Amino acid sequence: MTILDLITGLLLLAALFFFVAGTVGLLRFPDLYSRLHALTKADNVGLGFAVLALMLQAQSWSEVFKLGLIWVLVLAASATVCFLIGNEALRRGVKPWTGKSP
Amino acid sequence: MPDTDHRLYLVAGAALFAIGFYSLVVQTHLLRRIMALNVMGSGVFLVFLTLADRTTGSVADPVPHAMVLTGIVVAVCATGLALALADRVQAATNKVDVDDGPDGSQDATDAKEARRG
Amino acid sequence: MDREIAMMSHVFDWILVLLVLALAWRSLNDCDLFRGVIQFIALGLLLAVAWLRLRAPDVALAEAAVGSGLTGALILSALVRMRQRERRGVPASASSDTSRTLQSGTSNRSRVLIGALSLALLTALGWAVFRFSAQSSGLAVESLAKLPESGVTNPVTAVLLNFRAYDTLLEIGVLLLAIVGVWALRRGERPGDDLRERPLLMSLLRLLLPVLVLAAGYLLWIGASAPGGAFQGGALLAGALVLGLLAGLAGRFLRRERLLRTGLTLGVLVFAAAGLLALWRTGGLLQYPAGQGGAWILVIEAAALISIGLTLGLLYLGGRPEEEK
Repeated sequence: MTILDLITGLLLLAALFFFVAGTVGLLRFPDLYSRLHALTKADNVGLGFAVLALMLQAQSWSEVFKLGLIWVLVLAASATVCFLIGNEALRRGVKPWTGKSP
Repeated sequence: MPDTDHRLYLVAGAALFAIGFYSLVVQTHLLRRIMALNVMGSGVFLVFLTLADRTTGSVADPVPHAMVLTGIVVAVCATGLALALADRVQAATNKVDVDDGPDGSQDATDAKEARRG
Repeated sequence: MDREIAMMSHVFDWILVLLVLALAWRSLNDCDLFRGVIQFIALGLLLAVAWLRLRAPDVALAEAAVGSGLTGALILSALVRMRQRERRGVPASASSDTSRTLQSGTSNRSRVLIGALSLALLTALGWAVFRFSAQSSGLAVESLAKLPESGVTNPVTAVLLNFRAYDTLLEIGVLLLAIVGVWALRRGERPGDDLRERPLLMSLLRLLLPVLVLAAGYLLWIGASAPGGAFQGGALLAGALVLGLLAGLAGRFLRRERLLRTGLTLGVLVFAAAGLLALWRTGGLLQYPAGQGGAWILVIEAAALISIGLTLGLLYLGGRPEEEK
């Protein structure tokens, strides 16, 4: 086990933490907007760590580039889709959670 | 992958097929039935690909891979066609499910009326 | 260490299989149909992971793009169409509500009967597949031995477009038949409202559409030596087309029906022409001249890519494009 493998493992653990956090948020948060927030923020960071970990194991620079491209595309897509879903929900009158029970 | 338990995946393929079969017969909504057919297909694909993975060499058998690849694309085409048919069923009968239980004959008369009207 | 890894992957296999089966059950029997469709899409993604475990990366790519993504999009859009029609149509009988629960469906007695039948089916099939020997080389040895003559180095592409190319020729024919059937059955509505008022989506599409087309070409090219090929690339093209349709960008394109028809038939025509040409040159249908396999495969795949992309993308419309009034 080289030092590179060790760093990869640590990065994957970090990725796992953020994915678990995002999933817990998706399941436990009270309304659509905060769930969207948990999914798109935490999971993107998790994916970023996973991509970094895989980059360290890549055989060539073109693989590193492709992995990076995947992350950028997912970031752009999830940010836009998050906005579209949130915006549509707001337009349809889904009320954001304020912490006060009705 | 020599460490993969192939029997687990083979039986899972059979189970997917059985789940799809059960839902295909029990569910009456057309979309559910179309999805059930897809799940049955996935069960068959699972068996095929598991059989392809039994090689001792470094690569799996490519022939089942090619067949499943073909199968996936054909399945999506069949799904598209089936969905168009389901749309027509709804347009003709105002219904999206085929309930041929005890009142199955009622459906047939409904369809006839819809066609006349 | 090795034993630990084997143990871990065993646990992984079990979790994966149980998740797949649970999702399959839930997606078909959830009382909310919309939730069922979403679970169906997730099932496709999990299956793609299973294909990777079974060393089938080509199939995993196709499953993620076609089996999960496109099939899911097709079913979702059909569901939305049906619900819209229900809402504005004549109030139909109570049983036609798309969101009705499953209890009102088949009677309990026949449910038990069918359940018992399915269990019998499972037992019979399970017994049949359980008896397969744990090791078999199948046709791997033969395919790999002939691989250098095929003109490509990815064995799956070699099988698809050389060894069993007639299968693929017929499959492209099936694709054409499917879209002809769909066009004959219905006229497609223009999906969704005009999204041009959403600047964020438009700027995403401005980034995404060229990348998708580029990636489709890349997958086609890389398919000769690595996982990829016309099907995976075609799925990406179809995805780009669906996005364009959703955003209301493809209206002008859809009106050019002759162009669409040419694109849809291109794959079959080029494939069949190549088959006949090979028959004339070498005496065998789709038996390419020695040493030129790579070039033949690339030409056929390029035509097939366009047809596959167009067919799968236009299936999303659910009918023939509306004519301009």
